[in-house]
Amino acid sequence: MSAPVARASNGANASPRGASPRGWAGRAPARRAWAPLLLSAALLGAWELYADVGGVQEDLLPAPHAVAAALWNNGALVWRNFAVTAEQVVLGLALALASGFALAVAIHLFPLLRRAVYPLAVGSQAVPIPVIGVLLVFWWGFGIFPKLVVIALICFFPVVVATVDGLAAVDPEQPKLLRTLDASRWQAFRFAELPAALPAALSGARIALAVGVIGAFIAETSTPTTEAYSGLGREIMTDAGGFQTARAYAATAVLFAFAIACFHALGLAERRLVPWKIRPRGETT
Amino acid sequence: MATELQSRARPVIRRSAGGDAVSLDAVSFAYPAGRHGAVHALEEVSMRAAPGELLAVVGPSGCGKTTLLELICGLQAPDAGSLACAPAVLMPQRDLLLPWLSAVDNAALALRIAHRSRTEARAQADALFAELGLDGFQHARPHELSGGMRQRVAFLRTLLSGKPLLCLDEPFGALDAITRGEMQEWLGGTLAQEPRTVVLVTHDVEEAVLLADRVVVLSQRPGRVTEQLEIELPRPRHRTDANVVPLRERALDALATGEPR
Repeated sequence: MSAPVARASNGANASPRGASPRGWAGRAPARRAWAPLLLSAALLGAWELYADVGGVQEDLLPAPHAVAAALWNNGALVWRNFAVTAEQVVLGLALALASGFALAVAIHLFPLLRRAVYPLAVGSQAVPIPVIGVLLVFWWGFGIFPKLVVIALICFFPVVVATVDGLAAVDPEQPKLLRTLDASRWQAFRFAELPAALPAALSGARIALAVGVIGAFIAETSTPTTEAYSGLGREIMTDAGGFQTARAYAATAVLFAFAIACFHALGLAERRLVPWKIRPRGETT
Repeated sequence: MATELQSRARPVIRRSAGGDAVSLDAVSFAYPAGRHGAVHALEEVSMRAAPGELLAVVGPSGCGKTTLLELICGLQAPDAGSLACAPAVLMPQRDLLLPWLSAVDNAALALRIAHRSRTEARAQADALFAELGLDGFQHARPHELSGGMRQRVAFLRTLLSGKPLLCLDEPFGALDAITRGEMQEWLGGTLAQEPRTVVLVTHDVEEAVLLADRVVVLSQRPGRVTEQLEIELPRPRHRTDANVVPLRERALDALATGEPR
């Protein structure tokens, strides 16, 4: 590579779309959706076939068309419970991300804290939530907060691990350079470590998000409540125990779709937060 | 490497009596004992450079050249000997541009660290972009630049620190021969306009002879000075100049005999 051939900043975008192979990231959503839609359709078809002619009882496994009918007939109920669960997932994840990121930064800045906190953080992941659910409600009442704590407890750990690793992954030469530029500890953190850790932190957030929805389920079913609409988790438990299997599956399908939507929302946030990581295909770091 | 970043008391800069920008007197340095015992990087190394001079340090790989720069920059303290240097800034072997910053923001990093406003820092860096042949690339991210351009941005970052002493660690080591030649020419021209004292570490004898006022040759580890050459030739110099060739050969000889057989 000789010096004058480098591209200008807008050079990558200047070429017409069809001319250079861009990654999936560069295509319209509709054109990237066909593969997952095809796979989903195939799986649904197989399921329908198995439920219809496989001789399995409807209370055990309702056919997709029965699930769709249950969703249609109970739309209002499912929707109101979904609103409760969605709020919990979003706020619980926000709490998990904020506390996980803050803990990771603290661990990074104070190595003593790492030794003290890490074992406890790992151990916390083994605590069965129902054991402490009643205690959390005793502390914070029947409102939403104890549920957020449960979700955060389930989700914060991957954020901590990924962010701590990201913060430590700064090039070991970088601190030397910054010191000769007279950067303070805080400036080294702000200019080098913090942005360098952001992609890793977002990877942690993605894992947290994947368990966040099931976290909400655990939160709802392991803390007592007094609300009429107490979330899809409670609804699913009630339906599954009350031979309303199709409705339980309908609620599950909503959770399924919600997790995917959240994942994509995070992907969009990632493009804004770490644009330097989004590159046309074929370029190496 | 968290501990590397801990803020530390800055060493008091001692100016030597002669007013040299760089003055090392019998400096020795060893890395603390690890699994393979202590590593003696430098042994009784002495060298000096007057303000405005370009001092080149040549040696085989692993001879402690990078350690030498870290000592000069105050990142390490010598075990023995004395050392007095003007405030120095390091240009590490790899450019270490921050991938999330544009070229102009990378160049202006030292100004931002010195608490200048973003606008002011950018304006000051921007003014030098054209001079370094980087005009139009202000807002390019580092991965969009060629190797030679990245080195120029890194050099601009070094220059804008405002420090009188620049420590360049193999600045052109990773470039291909043609770009390297261009960059050597360019560095010579830039230093003629922006006079600073420079310590240039390189494994390329020819590069040293073409650019430097003085060449110090180090032996293999532990690094000892095996030869010092004063280069009093007019600039710009070319690799084929009649005066350059014998100096290059002399430095190469020193490099070869410095190695244990």
